[in-house]
Amino acid sequence: MAKFYTKEHEWVEVAGAQATVGISEHAAHELGDITYVELPKIGKSVKQFETLAAIESVKAASDIYSPVSGKVAEVNQALDAAPELVNQGAESQGWICRVEGVNEAELGALMDAAAYAEYLKGL
Amino acid sequence: MELIFEKSVSGRTGVRIPLSDVPKAAPLPEEVRRREPVRLPEVGELDLVRHYTNLSRRNFSVDTNFYPLGSCTMKYNTKVTENAGGLFASCHPMLALLPGGDKLVQGPLAVIYELERQLAEITGMEEVTTQPLAGAHGEMTGIMVIAAYHKSRGDRKRKYVIVPDSSHGTNPASAAMAGYEIVTVPTAPYGDMDLDLFRRAMNDEVAAVMLTCPNTLGLFNPHIAEICAIAHEGGALTYYDGANLNAILGKVRPGDVGFDVIHVNLHKTFGTPHGGGGPGSGPVGVRGDLVRFLPTPRVVRREDGSYGVEDHPEGIGRVSDFFGNFAIMARAYAYITLLGREGLIEVSEQAVLNANYMMARLKEEYELPFDQTCMHECVFSASRQVQNGVHAIDVAKYLIDRGFHPPTVYFPLNVKEAIMIEPTETESRQTMDAFIEVMLEAARMAREDPERLHRAPVTTPVGRLDETRAARMQQVCCE
Repeated sequence: MAKFYTKEHEWVEVAGAQATVGISEHAAHELGDITYVELPKIGKSVKQFETLAAIESVKAASDIYSPVSGKVAEVNQALDAAPELVNQGAESQGWICRVEGVNEAELGALMDAAAYAEYLKGL
Repeated sequence: MELIFEKSVSGRTGVRIPLSDVPKAAPLPEEVRRREPVRLPEVGELDLVRHYTNLSRRNFSVDTNFYPLGSCTMKYNTKVTENAGGLFASCHPMLALLPGGDKLVQGPLAVIYELERQLAEITGMEEVTTQPLAGAHGEMTGIMVIAAYHKSRGDRKRKYVIVPDSSHGTNPASAAMAGYEIVTVPTAPYGDMDLDLFRRAMNDEVAAVMLTCPNTLGLFNPHIAEICAIAHEGGALTYYDGANLNAILGKVRPGDVGFDVIHVNLHKTFGTPHGGGGPGSGPVGVRGDLVRFLPTPRVVRREDGSYGVEDHPEGIGRVSDFFGNFAIMARAYAYITLLGREGLIEVSEQAVLNANYMMARLKEEYELPFDQTCMHECVFSASRQVQNGVHAIDVAKYLIDRGFHPPTVYFPLNVKEAIMIEPTETESRQTMDAFIEVMLEAARMAREDPERLHRAPVTTPVGRLDETRAARMQQVCCE
């Protein structure tokens, strides 16, 4: 499975036409303790780089932008009761949602792990 | 401290309510009657007075301590302007709207009309409405006026509002409430909206550009005239968030620069109470051809010099009951009238001088991400202290121990570990020096005894609260 990142610090892991989306470890660290994740509605159609969900921490509230276009197929319901999962593992158990109908051509506009690490150094 | 309910003793009372001599009405229908009696605290008058007096002593306010909360302009409100608010307390708000009632409220109508003229003069706008009840309400009113303008021209394709990423969160929220989609433009290294990126974001689907100037970093944007020109060329209108007007009073008039709509916060710039002590007031000013879209009704001055109330049929409707928060307007009118032109100029000069003094004295110890002359506030970062494990929140909590209200922290979002200080014009050099000493002390402590900062505050009735848990496990029901 290939994993990619956006400049807005979301990650997406693509398997065929389905993708899992979350925020990067870096983003979770910068936000501090996450207090609330506003999950998208299942069935919602999103375009690449448009608002997908929202996240609140003790410091700030931010939008989460979708790294790919598609339709929301599944959301991480566990985050409703335990938003701290994002702090515990932003790129594992803290995933936000799954999007289906992904067009692989869009991935070209994203960074791979090495490019993202390089991008973080420049911030 | 006990709750007033915990002091309650069954049957105790502070007043004797006279027996009713009103004939009994038919009982209310069963389904609307409450099932059990209402639970009210039962206390004597002295217990009640002590309870609230002691509660008020725990209040932290500008009247008790320095309160340099950035972005909020917590200036001292003089008692003489406070008194102006009470002058009209006996005046019924419906009076002006009854047939012939305007004759009985010429004074209050004059206050509204004259305040609108004063604010129009200060902002360089044609007309002002005092109806909006707060800054964000003013923003929404202004954006609705802009929407009405585009609609009146049959220009229905405009669906975007542009905001810089450093804007107050209320800007995108207000525009979204009015039905627009938000386009955010990043900040350039010079600390303000990137002009090139803005130019690229502009197109014929943009309805408006919203700017706060000076911006949230306390910096004056040297490109505002150019931004207005670019927006107008593309058919968009420009919105000036006057939240930080305190920095430019009597120096710059946004209307002269080319802005089309502005809101001002009476509770920031014009010395009226804030937030919980409010209510607020966010009058909106517009350029000439937008006047017809202002909310209805309008207070007018007739040819014979008397004041009246007129319907404003093309306007966006009412945005509040009556004319807005009138007692607040009376205070602002007194503030502007008492200070006069020269006084207002001194306000902004002193506010900017104070902020620059803070900045100059604190930048030895605290990182200053945008090192240039600031306006009414300055934004530091606790990034140097972070190397010792001390964060902005720790410095803020320590200030509480030393009797100061902390500055705004973690805002604006484009500065990591932000500490945003706005002293306002009403603080003396001695007060600022005392605050600066404690800030420098906190910086020393961050190097020598970071644990002390992590423990702060230790002098308050409760220590460091678990903000994360409070936000995650919200329990707002009182059982």
